[in-house]
Amino acid sequence: MCGIAGLIHRDGTGNIGQEMTAMLQSLKHRGPDSTGYAIYGSPGRNEYVMRFKVAEQEDMAKGFDIHDEVKRRRAKVEERMAALGVQIIDREEATEYAYRYRIHFDGDMKKLADYVEDVEGTEILSMGNALELIKDLGDAARVAEQYDLRKFKGTHGIGHTRMATESDVDIRSAHPYWAYPYNDIAVVHNGQLTNYWQMRREFERRGHRFMSNCDSELLAVYTAYNLEHGATLEDSLRQSIQEIDGVFTYLVSTKDALGMAKDTMAAKPMVLYESDKLVALASEEVAIRSVVHHEIDTWDPYDEEVRVWRA
Amino acid sequence: MAGVVTAKKEHLSHDMGMHTEGLRGRTQQRFFDITETDVGYGYPDAPDVDFNKRAEIDCEGLETRQINNQLRDLIKRGVGTIVLKNPGSKHSIAVGILNRLNLYIEGSCGYFACGLLDGPNVRIKGRVGWACGENMLAGTILIEKNAGSQFGAAIRGGDLVCRGSVGARTGIDQKGGTIIVGGDTGSFSGFMMQRGRMVICGNAGKNLGDSMYDGTIYLGGEARSLGVDAIPAEMNDGDRQWLTRKLKMYDLYPKGGIGHFKKIVAGKQLWNYDNLEPGEKKLVL
Repeated sequence: MCGIAGLIHRDGTGNIGQEMTAMLQSLKHRGPDSTGYAIYGSPGRNEYVMRFKVAEQEDMAKGFDIHDEVKRRRAKVEERMAALGVQIIDREEATEYAYRYRIHFDGDMKKLADYVEDVEGTEILSMGNALELIKDLGDAARVAEQYDLRKFKGTHGIGHTRMATESDVDIRSAHPYWAYPYNDIAVVHNGQLTNYWQMRREFERRGHRFMSNCDSELLAVYTAYNLEHGATLEDSLRQSIQEIDGVFTYLVSTKDALGMAKDTMAAKPMVLYESDKLVALASEEVAIRSVVHHEIDTWDPYDEEVRVWRA
Repeated sequence: MAGVVTAKKEHLSHDMGMHTEGLRGRTQQRFFDITETDVGYGYPDAPDVDFNKRAEIDCEGLETRQINNQLRDLIKRGVGTIVLKNPGSKHSIAVGILNRLNLYIEGSCGYFACGLLDGPNVRIKGRVGWACGENMLAGTILIEKNAGSQFGAAIRGGDLVCRGSVGARTGIDQKGGTIIVGGDTGSFSGFMMQRGRMVICGNAGKNLGDSMYDGTIYLGGEARSLGVDAIPAEMNDGDRQWLTRKLKMYDLYPKGGIGHFKKIVAGKQLWNYDNLEPGEKKLVL
């Protein structure tokens, strides 16, 4: 069991950080191990926001050396960014081991990602024009506090509360997954993908990298691959229902859209609220009620249903 | 209490695809009777409530356990009409009530709302999440808006009515009672249905009635596909009388009548599946 949620303002921006926190906190009982957000602010011209970590939260309790080590790793990352011509506009320390950099870069994003992630313990959580991806251990209230997310304003977002069943309790296995190396795309998923290893091997042969052993990461790579090869988001979501085995409901967000797909068995829950101004989806209605306080109509999307909403 | 099934009623229920064993027992063993009236359910030790005694519970800020405990306390004190305000889509609200009660829920409920009921009449103004009314033995639950998947899973008796549309696997493992859906239903509705009746006024998703053992499904719209061993059957007068009465009872009777309703029952080819030759198994599936 995991909880997923998504929200999109169709008429401008909203308090996405606060709203997603309320939704995810109300889904805490579906998975208390970790919480993740992919939230979309205002895109800056030729600017990217890169969020990355150089260690796991649990590593920080493993002795004194790790504190020096994360500094060394961070310096190494900056050195490599400079070598590829990245101009860092500003730096924020979200935690001792996770950072948010605003950068100028017009080079090959995949090359940059691969070079940076080659530094020990380093993982780029997101790199995008509008996307900011934050994930860490604990519930939504804790992660929002830790990363100061409640003030974040934006158009849309997706999030996940994780109950670890298939892989470890660590940031690497937490959702959302960034659709490396495709900017601004993130995925959250509830379910199990039964042809994960088969498809993962296929994508690895095509040169894609996987950072975790979590089956949900496949959906991010799968989406990135399809979009890179000219598919629309709708096409990719529809195709996934035919090509991916298992029981799943998942949400995908791009710079200006939010999409969902439900498998052929409709075995994983999703409740949907849709109005002219706002679309909210979640594993349980209680999450929608946490951000929409007046009486509303909600419903369950059916099996094989695909929907996409634009900001 | 349920009585012994008379020969005449047995014949009627058999015609409608219902089970015909003359079982005795409590409420869940009631068989079809077109003159069906209130038969006075209730456990011998169930609290005797007065429907004129009314109380409200504001669920805002309360946990599910607190809400259900307050409900029980009121019932023990003989309150027969209770209103739950601000349920906030919480899970497992009003479960396991085994006595007569008029319960009004003014808002939406989460998963497992009103499960394991035996007796109360419940009206929910909002929507319900997954598995509403699961394992209900008797009583009525009427939902004004939509419902999630597994609506009425394994119900044994009573009427479970949703005026809106419901999710997938409606009435999975239904063992008795009546499920009525005013709108559409999702895939695998009536999966492994064993007894009882299901009415779907709108359309059904794929595999309607898959692997049903017995029972009857009435469908007002179209099914994307019928499931394995679910077959169309002729509507008879008993079906039409019952359907008319039930739909009128819940204000769901279509303006144009019920002439368009189709009846779906079990082909019963799967009953002896293990005894079939491999070639015969292919024919069944």
